[in-house]
Amino acid sequence: MTSNRKLSPRDWPSHPSQSDASYKSTLLRAHQRPLVPLEQSLSELTAPVFGHDAVSALDNDLTRNATQDGEPIGERIIVAGRILDESGSPVQGALVEIWQANAAGRYTHLSDEHDAPLDPNFLGAGRTLTDADGSYRFTTIRPGAYPWRNHSNAWRPAHIHFSVFGSAFVQRLVTQMYFPEDPLLRFDPIFESVRDPVARNRLVSRFSMGLTEPERALGFAFDIVLRGPQATPMER
Amino acid sequence: MPAQTPSQTVGPFFSHALTPGQSGYRAVVGNQLADEKTAGTAIRIEGRVADGAGAPVPDAMIEIWQADHRGRYPDGSEGFLGFGRASTDTEGAYWFRTVKPGTPTAAAAPHISVAIFARGMLNHLFTRIYFADETAANAADPLLSSLERDRRATLVASPINGRAIVTYEFSIRLQGERETVFLDG
Repeated sequence: MTSNRKLSPRDWPSHPSQSDASYKSTLLRAHQRPLVPLEQSLSELTAPVFGHDAVSALDNDLTRNATQDGEPIGERIIVAGRILDESGSPVQGALVEIWQANAAGRYTHLSDEHDAPLDPNFLGAGRTLTDADGSYRFTTIRPGAYPWRNHSNAWRPAHIHFSVFGSAFVQRLVTQMYFPEDPLLRFDPIFESVRDPVARNRLVSRFSMGLTEPERALGFAFDIVLRGPQATPMER
Repeated sequence: MPAQTPSQTVGPFFSHALTPGQSGYRAVVGNQLADEKTAGTAIRIEGRVADGAGAPVPDAMIEIWQADHRGRYPDGSEGFLGFGRASTDTEGAYWFRTVKPGTPTAAAAPHISVAIFARGMLNHLFTRIYFADETAANAADPLLSSLERDRRATLVASPINGRAIVTYEFSIRLQGERETVFLDG
């Protein structure tokens, strides 16, 4: 399953800079020394293999995986796509985990103090394993925007957090998926921390009529691309 | 060719999804990779995560990936997953129970790979845990031997005496004086 072939580097121009004055929490948490280059070895080129017992049947349906006495409130949506590497190959059997605020913009987390209601039928956490073609699919509730204390009148645009594993530990990625045409995006220092607008737009899902289920849920497509095999001089 | 999806911070509110065992929900993995039946020397690793002011980081997630006691990376066919996750507590503290890894290749000293995620970290960072009682192997390790002494010390876990199981301390300093060596592999 793992070829142990060396991987292309992290594409730093596509990623945020670690230190970003407009995102206050980076100030004391960003490293100041340069990262130390590391020759890729088995430690970097292998990764945990999660069996099918890692996920249960309802884990990819956040509208049903934590209900107590009814359905969660909000707009039901489908979020689906593929996990690929930079060569376009599917990443199969990848563990994909998501988490998010509820429709009112509140997380099921003790530290979330936003004055918005919790939903007793919504936990806001799900997981799945990708199929042979790298595809995943979640049913969930469209998350609400919420305020945070980074600056005056700061609001996070609606987003879903994604955590993804590849077949190599250094392919690990944690990111956030946003929704198309959200007016809050351009005010958000976390979204804007990706300076390259082309790269930044890769974080925005696409509305998909194809994924939309009649009488049930709107569909949003979101593919994720991980580091791929290192290009050989010929391929370059 | 498709291009890499940018990283974003894990944010402060991940624990109900990624480390839910610590709040009573079912978890894919937790911070105990091994129990008394796992082959190898049982060890505990514990430490704190601190920011550039030396203050605890109470909302970090630490992931570890390691070889088994023979130095083989698990491929899913046996019981030992080789992977664990912990979130830090209000004091910035975390711990794992695992087994001491063997030597994956003749060239490298025994080590555990680490990924660190937190609010305020727009990209996760990688580092490695080495063991202070592997003096000879550490001296020959290509990564450790390439670092200045002070920097090297940030990657080496020290034994804590007097514990029921062999325990090592490995603390992570995100920034500033004694900043942990972070790796770009």
